[in-house]
Amino acid sequence: MDGFGGTTLRINLSTEEIERTPTDPEFARSWLGARGFVSKILYDEVPRDADPLGVDNLFIVTTGVLTGSFCPVGSKVGFGCISPATNGHADSSMGGHLGPELRYAGYDLIVMEGIAAGPTYLYIDDDTIELRPAGDYWGMGSLELEKRMKKDLGDDFQIATIGPSGENGIVFSCITHDFGRQAGRCGVGAVMGSKKLKAIAVRGTKSLPVHDLDSMYKLTYDIIQRTKTHPNMAPWQKYGTAFFVGWSNERGCFPTKNFQETYHKDWEKIDGERLVEDCLVSDKACFGCWMNCGKYTRARIPGKPDTYQEGPEYETIALVGGSCAFTDINHVAYANHLLDDIGMDTMSGGSTVAFAMECYQRGIITKDDLEGHELRWGNIDDFEHFVRMIAARRGIGDIFARGTKGAAEALGRGTIDFASQAKGMEFSGYDTRWYPAQLLSYCTCDIGAHHSKSWTITTDIELGRDTIEGKAEVVIYLQHIRPLFDTWSCCRLFWGELDVTPEEHVDSIKHLTGWDVTLEECMRVSERVWNLNRAHFIERNGGPGRKFDVAPARHLDEPIPGGPAEGKVVGRENFEAMLDDYYANRGWDEDGNPTREILDDLGIGYAADNLEKLGFLGKPIPGGIPKVRGRELKPKAM
Amino acid sequence: MRIEVKKESCTGCRLCEQICTICHYKEINPKKAAIAIEPHFPEPGIFEPKICVQCGICAKECPIDAIHLEGEAYVLHADECTNCGICVEACPFGVLYTHADVPTPLKCDLCLKCTEVCNTGALIVVD
Repeated sequence: MDGFGGTTLRINLSTEEIERTPTDPEFARSWLGARGFVSKILYDEVPRDADPLGVDNLFIVTTGVLTGSFCPVGSKVGFGCISPATNGHADSSMGGHLGPELRYAGYDLIVMEGIAAGPTYLYIDDDTIELRPAGDYWGMGSLELEKRMKKDLGDDFQIATIGPSGENGIVFSCITHDFGRQAGRCGVGAVMGSKKLKAIAVRGTKSLPVHDLDSMYKLTYDIIQRTKTHPNMAPWQKYGTAFFVGWSNERGCFPTKNFQETYHKDWEKIDGERLVEDCLVSDKACFGCWMNCGKYTRARIPGKPDTYQEGPEYETIALVGGSCAFTDINHVAYANHLLDDIGMDTMSGGSTVAFAMECYQRGIITKDDLEGHELRWGNIDDFEHFVRMIAARRGIGDIFARGTKGAAEALGRGTIDFASQAKGMEFSGYDTRWYPAQLLSYCTCDIGAHHSKSWTITTDIELGRDTIEGKAEVVIYLQHIRPLFDTWSCCRLFWGELDVTPEEHVDSIKHLTGWDVTLEECMRVSERVWNLNRAHFIERNGGPGRKFDVAPARHLDEPIPGGPAEGKVVGRENFEAMLDDYYANRGWDEDGNPTREILDDLGIGYAADNLEKLGFLGKPIPGGIPKVRGRELKPKAM
Repeated sequence: MRIEVKKESCTGCRLCEQICTICHYKEINPKKAAIAIEPHFPEPGIFEPKICVQCGICAKECPIDAIHLEGEAYVLHADECTNCGICVEACPFGVLYTHADVPTPLKCDLCLKCTEVCNTGALIVVD
């Protein structure tokens, strides 16, 4: 099959059975890859009462249609499972080189079930597939282990690992690869750890079959030459995403002290310029990428060993740097290394520590809870000690190992009001109180709060930050177009930053596969995935859907105390009105339940049957569902 | 003319590997490239592109003269090569590569395509 590695693997970790089947062309076309594959497989195969960290959850490693091809830029690999943070569909992706390597070994998709008898790693060397003992590796840090496995197996193996955090089931554990790329969100590392799977090592030496290589070559070669001189190229190459630290501060959306504030007065001490000047070792790119947004750095702190890490990127600077109120980029980079090696998502990890710091500030937790330590804003020693308490689940660390929502539920005392999370996953690094569409995006996101599925800061600015009018339709469009890149398994930044059009990406797919595919067809797949994930979430957690689309009280009620967004807040009435608008534009009823009409329209009527049995099928909408769901804002809002 | 490597500018993207195999084998398969990026991580944290410097030692060592100087490049002629491996052994820079599916060593012929896509100045053409 042109464009694919050709083989799907099914691995039962309990019985060590490995089954190879040809990747189903119809399945591939219907779901396109990565996020789409995960959505369909989880929906069809995971029992609704399965414990996310139990034997019945699946752990999926997947490429998408564009992975490993010559396009802008097929570097991604996806991971899927039921999330221990949200108890819903989880898909989390990362760049680097692992996804392409899997394709070159001949594999599109690996579905793992069961739990290994003991620590194990998956070894793939072209046609050789083995489950190997990993007792010697268990307990090692992610980065430390990658170094060790490169030594044991060779530099030409691509390796993904988990750290102690994943082994211990911390719900925001990540998967690490290439000394600094992470599938960070949704707790995919915890599920990998629950399977006793410590690492994946892959070497592939085969060619990716291409339908029309000459056309693919010409298309991408021309895009490379065209984008080299794009005005965004130079700042992205120099600073990567850290470029946006000042940008967010100026716009009053930079999370500071656990979102108590949205402007960090010392932002220039932790921004991209400081990072490059004080810490940069080298620029680093994912496979096939000519924009090299990765910044490989060295952190130097007197009294501590120097650390090497990729990043911190914007999200880490926001949620570790800003939210924990650091004022030295070396401290942020050191914290980045700590979280990477221990195996925690720097976003949810940073947010969880920041949330705990606010609990400490308010006297809700004290030194007695912290083994005699403090938990002060901007203190790297306090930060490190607390992260290690969480990773080992020592004392109160066990509570915070559940993330901000789980911790707030255990702590009580109104702490849930300042836990900036939706559905159990922490907000990305943008405050929402002057950005209502971003709040709607987080709270309706199918994996929990994550900007990758809909980032609307520029949309809010374009449409007016003090209004909610017209926001819901644009959020819906973004929730289809942005996750499409996670489905194709290519980097979104060439579209977002360098003006490579979605149509050009579709042309890449055409040349690669020979499919007569259109952007419209792909957008429909993306909408199908969104609706299937919604149905799945309701089926797992009960309905109605609306009860899960909840915003933290801070973001609804608490005006921003100072800075460029002083006094701004979304307000409950506005939020509920946006939800009404959102559901109506999605073809869902006012309770947030998908209707039969929309599910039938998208070819997933079986989900309507299941919802109906549970009593959570949306009531028919008078006049029917909207013909077109979502509205593209022009000029482009990414 | 030759390709000069500035390793401090290499980002490890391997676009050079990809385009090399597209142009020479009409395939996407970085393992068949005549250039390789050697990562040195986690420390010191740099990449090292390794590509033929056109020194000609392989041509001198080839027992059947299958590597010819053409213009400024030593070009390996697949139709003459017996894949004895002597050139690979002789290369002082370790930049003649092999792949199980290719019946000859993989040698840079100075087509310069890699320099056209490199966006960081890690591979530059010098006279």
